Amino acid sequence: MSATENIRNFSIIAHIDHGKSTLADRLIQICGGLSQREMREQVLDSMDIERERGITIKAQTVRLNYRAKDGKDYILNLMDTPGHVDFSYEVSRSLAACEGSLLVVDASQGVEAQTLANVYKALDSNHEIIPILNKIDLPAAEPERIRRQIEDVIGLDASGAILVSAKTGEGVDEVLEALVTQLPAPQGDASKPLAALLVDSWYDPYLGVIILVRIVDGVLKKGQTIRMMSSGREHLVEQVGVFTPKLKRVDALGPGEVGYLTAAIKEVAHTRVGDTLTDAKKPAAKPLPGFQPVQSVVFCGLYPVDTSDYEHLKVSLGKLKLNDASFEYAPETSMALGSGFRCGFLGMLHLEIIQERLSREFDLDLITTAPSVIYKVHMTSGEVKELHNPADLPEVTRIKKIDEPWIRATILVPDEYLGAILKLCEDRRGVQVDLTYAGSRAMVVYDLPLNEVVYDFYDRLKSLSRGYASFDYTIEEYREGNLVRMSILVNGEPVDALSMMIHRSKAEARGRALCAKLKELIPRALFKIPIQAALGGKVIARETLSAMRKDVTAKCYGGDFTRKRKLLDKQKKGKARMRTFGKVSIPQEAFIAALKMDQD
Amino acid sequence: MTVQENHLSLYVHWPFCEAKCPYCDFNSHVRERVDTGAYRKALLAELDFFAELTKGKRLTSIFFGGGTPSLMPPEIVAAVIEKAKEFWDLSSNIEITLEANPGSSEAKKFAAFRTAGVNRLSLGVQSFDDQALKFLGRIHNAQEAEAAIEIARDTFPRFSFDLIYALPGQTNQAWREELGTALTLAQGHLSLYQLTLERDTAFYRQHRRGKFFLPREEEAADLFTLTREVCEQAGLKAYETSNFAVPGEESRHNLNYWQGGCYVGIGPGAHSRIFADGAWRAVSTLKIPEQWLEKVEQNGAGLAEDVLLTARQRGEEIVMTALRLKDGLDKKNFARNSGIPLKNLINQDALDALKEQNLVVESETRLAATRDGALLVNAILGELLA
Repeated sequence: MSATENIRNFSIIAHIDHGKSTLADRLIQICGGLSQREMREQVLDSMDIERERGITIKAQTVRLNYRAKDGKDYILNLMDTPGHVDFSYEVSRSLAACEGSLLVVDASQGVEAQTLANVYKALDSNHEIIPILNKIDLPAAEPERIRRQIEDVIGLDASGAILVSAKTGEGVDEVLEALVTQLPAPQGDASKPLAALLVDSWYDPYLGVIILVRIVDGVLKKGQTIRMMSSGREHLVEQVGVFTPKLKRVDALGPGEVGYLTAAIKEVAHTRVGDTLTDAKKPAAKPLPGFQPVQSVVFCGLYPVDTSDYEHLKVSLGKLKLNDASFEYAPETSMALGSGFRCGFLGMLHLEIIQERLSREFDLDLITTAPSVIYKVHMTSGEVKELHNPADLPEVTRIKKIDEPWIRATILVPDEYLGAILKLCEDRRGVQVDLTYAGSRAMVVYDLPLNEVVYDFYDRLKSLSRGYASFDYTIEEYREGNLVRMSILVNGEPVDALSMMIHRSKAEARGRALCAKLKELIPRALFKIPIQAALGGKVIARETLSAMRKDVTAKCYGGDFTRKRKLLDKQKKGKARMRTFGKVSIPQEAFIAALKMDQD
Repeated sequence: MTVQENHLSLYVHWPFCEAKCPYCDFNSHVRERVDTGAYRKALLAELDFFAELTKGKRLTSIFFGGGTPSLMPPEIVAAVIEKAKEFWDLSSNIEITLEANPGSSEAKKFAAFRTAGVNRLSLGVQSFDDQALKFLGRIHNAQEAEAAIEIARDTFPRFSFDLIYALPGQTNQAWREELGTALTLAQGHLSLYQLTLERDTAFYRQHRRGKFFLPREEEAADLFTLTREVCEQAGLKAYETSNFAVPGEESRHNLNYWQGGCYVGIGPGAHSRIFADGAWRAVSTLKIPEQWLEKVEQNGAGLAEDVLLTARQRGEEIVMTALRLKDGLDKKNFARNSGIPLKNLINQDALDALKEQNLVVESETRLAATRDGALLVNAILGELLA
């Protein structure tokens, strides 16, 4: 246990690519957390996907030992927070475990929307914030301009901002010194009952679930029986330790300290981020503030391309769930795609991460249906049903109205792209809330229906602004929407996997685009195939795929049938990847491509 | 026309060419020098090997293919025919075909081939347009081709020639005219192939790089039906996808392949289907001439593969080739020939649908593609068998 006055807990707030991980690496290096041999670029992002995408999915932490200029030894706990809008709740919990933040801004790029959102979250947690202008070694760096921008946009005093190049190491010493002198020491009382904030948890095959905690009051030690205050579950603590960043056992963790515990817990789902851990024998009177149960906001179906992979998918989802309590899944069956799972995610990035991990770590070939949000269907009977899958929409005559979730989006964009971004938001049924300028950048706040955002809003935003727009959102409320279910019929047969909830005003254009796309994707058959989009019984768009006219090999090679055999084998293989609707076979590739379709 | 089980066809492959044509992916090779003596010996040795496996059959056709078999010394052709007479009972009306290039040097050898016993010549004319011949990488010109046809007509009782159509930029009208020329020169048989790009050919690579464009499916379909109509008006029936003949003038050798008969192939990269001891044996030989030669010299045969076909495999082969024929499949003998009843092999629902779409017709005795179905045989096979 360390005296609280020698502890500083901090996180780093930065936009992707602004150098958070590189700065963290420098800090670890200087404080001798890892030997040169153990240093690997971006130590903290341990998953392949994290390293590739340059984002952090799991919160991580590292304890640094630092001897300051005042001659005293300090413990600096760096809390690395998840870096994406989908994980804003997790971010808020990580921030709640610290007293201050380093605000890292790229001195050539400036403040981004996501940075802004996280700074506000840090201010909500009463953080002391130390602005840092990174990448000052770059020729394009304009520290003065960006310093002003921080003041204009965030309203933070940036006069004392530290100029740093995490790459060369310049200014990093100053950062360490500022942590000691500018951040407050944590407060807490070791004699009070244990109250520890559960910041994050993950599964380790040898130790079971590892829980990352910040001790607020009391003491955590081995052999103690702890209780999770949200669920009442109790566990015997097996190991207590800190991250150097390697796991290192300690005897006990006291107030202000950050560390881990293991307690033979088998499922991450039993350890909820934001929960309070207390001593079962001497429990705290009330939990720490801010706990929220996880809630999925985006849903989609995941199906194996090869139907025989269903069991493999099921087992793989189970394994992923062990380590990620924030997604949920339940079996579902589609006429089009066979057996699969309806899965819920924190957001689009979360969906992509799970999908990518399934294909990469479990070698699964998957079809993902169009992402959908939760609609609240008000029935004429007065009942309100939650709709996760368009296929489950009750009969229209029994529906009084349908509500859909809205978000409030904050977008920061260089003003040359502003027009395009405003148009995008308007096209997506957005309602402008605010528009302000800071230098050459605009900050736009829009209320948007989530179902317009889950689709490809983020990709469009990036491409319309050449990557310069940044985006953050919070879930707002449910509002009534003029929503309909659009069905796609191929040769008269509805293809359930392609049906979607859509605003009536958008149905026709979307239906036309989807029919046209399917016409390209479905191979011609021996007969002509109508492809229709319909609302209820009313067809709103139609294409006809004409029948194949010629498909015959010119030359049959004497007595050598190898070629004919190869063709037949190819046809057989192709059929295994097709789904049949009435008389039409649709290749899996068509579903994948149709669901990926650009909206314009 | 039905298959006779005790009948046998013999194929002889001569793998050498003077130049490789850019569309061709046959087993053909260009060599500065060929030791014809060694190949003569090896062909006769392999003939010996296969004769042993097919004793007692009646030989109904011989086909010298390639490569360019007209580059063979006529003496080797004669020796193979003579040797075949020793092994098998030769049908009285045996058909002996040789493929030839219509170049002037080859035409000089026609008489010697005739003397050796060849009674049907198949000329690789490919086009009557010098521009097209150049595109196709042929080393002869249209004038030489017409001259070779004249000599073939005077020398052999039967002859046929090949043309390639659906060339880049070829209009319906241009092809109709060229086909008209062909029909005035033909004598009862023509092979008319749409240009197809096979992998690992120069054309395939050039096409991928966008050097030329082929007709689209619609245009190709129109050319196909135009070809069939023009030939039929001249009395030549489309008895196979790309083969046209006055009734009785069909290539009996090829029909034997397509109807599921027994055949032996000698020379590099040749294929055999032999019915022996109650099972169908599929034998093929090494494709590279030198490797084949070495193996024959060591073992008496240059085998690459020698496997027994399952009844299903055999059945599929027959369906795949027979549906390309105008007369289609002989249902009566199918189960006996392949070892599997037709109904166990094909998808009945698919067949019903195809009949309803008027792409396939079925009678008591035959199953065949209709005139519309003839353009779609690959897709039909995919439905029936895949």
